[in-house]
Amino acid sequence: MAAVSLTGSVMKFAIALFSAAHAPSSRRALLFAQAALAGGHEIVRLFFYQDGVYNAGASIVTPQDEQDLPREWRTFVSDHQLDGVVCIAAALRRGVLNDEEAQRYQRSAASVEAPWALSGLGQLHDAIQDADRLICFGGA
Amino acid sequence: MPKSLLLISRQAPWSGPSAREALDIVLAGGAFDLPIGLLFLDDGVLQLLAAQDARAVQQKDLSANLQALPLFGVEQLFVCADSAAERGVAPDTLALDDVNVLDAAQIAALIDRYDQVITL
Repeated sequence: MAAVSLTGSVMKFAIALFSAAHAPSSRRALLFAQAALAGGHEIVRLFFYQDGVYNAGASIVTPQDEQDLPREWRTFVSDHQLDGVVCIAAALRRGVLNDEEAQRYQRSAASVEAPWALSGLGQLHDAIQDADRLICFGGA
Repeated sequence: MPKSLLLISRQAPWSGPSAREALDIVLAGGAFDLPIGLLFLDDGVLQLLAAQDARAVQQKDLSANLQALPLFGVEQLFVCADSAAERGVAPDTLALDDVNVLDAAQIAALIDRYDQVITL
């Protein structure tokens, strides 16, 4: 396969993240996403699946002298008005709930909020179809 | 033409939700009529062992999900010959029918054929 230049033309990326907030691959995913936008490329959607859903968690408390990755993701997605989707089935299984789901399942606390949206796996497939490249982080 | 997706499933069936969640991506893609392939690699081949007793480990049976693959239009099913041999899984006793057994060179060619790849 020929090498693809990322400087020549604008690429549409879909980014899937599968690892938890403390994993190096989650940090790399954010760095990649930032670099993609800085290079003039487009991110059609971020999709957080498996333990990746923890990156959207608003209830993660990071020690002051450590990197707060969930907050950095939140700021990044808000600042650039990106489409950040958290898989609802993976999130429910891991206790990452928004207000609506917390009420639906009668749980006492919600732990994910805007700019993140909880939705289904169709959003991943939709993004894959829309993007030139799917870039995955934190898979096996 | 919709883009094709190859899902490479590498986790054992009872090592956590990973194998089930990988399968869910495939089934969702099938439900949307997307061209999707599934390759069982490394410990993922253990998902294909016949006569597993999920209840013995307090789990829900994964084989029902596997059997649903053709119903969802997912017929491009592959298993790595080396991974199966290393784990003593005989290719003629797999829990799924019509799985293509591929050697390393064929797997390389397979990955090349698909537009997008997810490894879980």
